[in-house]
Amino acid sequence: MYYASIIVDYLKTYMKTRMTYRADFWIEVVSDLAYQVMNLFFVLVVFQHTNLLAGWTREEIIFIYGYFMIPYGIFSCFFDLWDFADRYVIKGEMDRVLTRPVHNLVQLVLENADPPALFGSLTGFLIMVYAGWQLGLEPRWYDWLVLLVLVIGSAMIYGGIYIALTSVAFYSDSKTGIVPMMYNIQNYGRYPVDIYNKTIRFLLTWVIPFAFVGVYPAAYFLDKEITRIFALLTPLVGAIVLMLGVLIWNIGVKRYRGAGS
Amino acid sequence: MSSLYLDLIRIRFLTMLAYRVNYYSGIIIYSINIGAYYFLWKAIYGDAESLGGFTVAEMTTYVAISWMARAFYFNNLDREIAREIKDGSVAIQLIRPYRYLVVKTMEGFGEGLFRLLMFSVPGMCLALLLFPVQLPTDAGKWLLFLLMLFFSFLINTQINLLTGLFAFFVENNEGMMRLKRVSVDLFSGLIIPISFFPVWAETLLKWLPFQAITYLPSSVITGRIEGAEAYAALGTQIVWFVLLIIPIFGVWRLARKRLIVQGG
Repeated sequence: MYYASIIVDYLKTYMKTRMTYRADFWIEVVSDLAYQVMNLFFVLVVFQHTNLLAGWTREEIIFIYGYFMIPYGIFSCFFDLWDFADRYVIKGEMDRVLTRPVHNLVQLVLENADPPALFGSLTGFLIMVYAGWQLGLEPRWYDWLVLLVLVIGSAMIYGGIYIALTSVAFYSDSKTGIVPMMYNIQNYGRYPVDIYNKTIRFLLTWVIPFAFVGVYPAAYFLDKEITRIFALLTPLVGAIVLMLGVLIWNIGVKRYRGAGS
Repeated sequence: MSSLYLDLIRIRFLTMLAYRVNYYSGIIIYSINIGAYYFLWKAIYGDAESLGGFTVAEMTTYVAISWMARAFYFNNLDREIAREIKDGSVAIQLIRPYRYLVVKTMEGFGEGLFRLLMFSVPGMCLALLLFPVQLPTDAGKWLLFLLMLFFSFLINTQINLLTGLFAFFVENNEGMMRLKRVSVDLFSGLIIPISFFPVWAETLLKWLPFQAITYLPSSVITGRIEGAEAYAALGTQIVWFVLLIIPIFGVWRLARKRLIVQGG
């Protein structure tokens, strides 16, 4: 209950700050969508030159892309703390967060929450439904539940990875070096992992499991034999990754020493 | 005056050097990027010999060179400027006896030099070992490429300055910066070479400055553009560099007039 009222308060403050810069709010929504459209553009251009990508058709790739956008939207809404090192560790704003009774990570997530990013999830869902319809998929009634579970799993993976990456700031004084660079890597989980060599496939499956954010769970609905089991592993991997992320975070926070003046 | 700016380059270079985690992770991440795109393109080619005028071998080299070039020209000046405008510290920058935008460019250059030496060179060696990348041996070509790379940096920086300065007008330009970042990656030919685009898009992109950032220099070094055409490509870059000075100058004049320092 306590946390629920905190969340409502944060949301209220959020609305007030955002409405100060009203034009920017819409620029952000539009630019977020444009960003996604441009990524989709890559797929469209590529399929002008080929019919199959390692045995996958254009609609199947677009379907994966649509799925990927759903957890991605949730991620950008809550876990996108890209300038954390700079703002909170180097400039010492973490002091303020740590003196309050609410868990520090919860505060940070709420402070930096970006609800318009959820528009991306909605668009992704629509793209997925459209591609699925083009493919002639017939969803069974429980497929929607499976989708929900898989999306939650994928979002947890995203959260876990980025929480862990963000907490690197506690261990080294590095400026935002790693987080922006990861933006490219997350995209590789959107393509069928069988196109990569063993090293990258291993990396995307077990080390930084972005394949569980895109191709594995999406393939569940496409009835691709190879990835069925992997798809069902998504919630499990999600739980493990999120737990690890929070663990690394909690250990990291103890190393925080403030920033002088 | 010039020694002031040289010092700025030096200081930024040394600052970057201080954060060691950055360059270990940088080399690894850039190599993964090259690797992932290498396999993605291999899958796209399938059995095809050549697509969009590129053979598989040329494409591999193109991908490797383009990512390594990006390490040099890439910077976050737009974010830095936007932040300084937002937190008000730009006011102090403005009363100092130097040109704010030149200072930013120099800092970006120091950062670029750092990445060129610490990411690009070792990263390229790693890519040569891992993937079938073929680099030209002609010294003249390399000289021309390095010159073009310098203009890539200048043009990309100009675009960053413009995007960053918009924070003077909209207070919070996060969305715009994100949009710019993707536009540069996609329209510069980093993710797909321009010759792969459908004809209408290709024609359109030829009239935009983005191709001068990646597509032109990478085409020269992979030997897709040669001889007089290569010099014409350099000419295109120079023209864009000069043209982009005009809007920056205009926006900068307007911006200083309407600066509101929020808080402080």
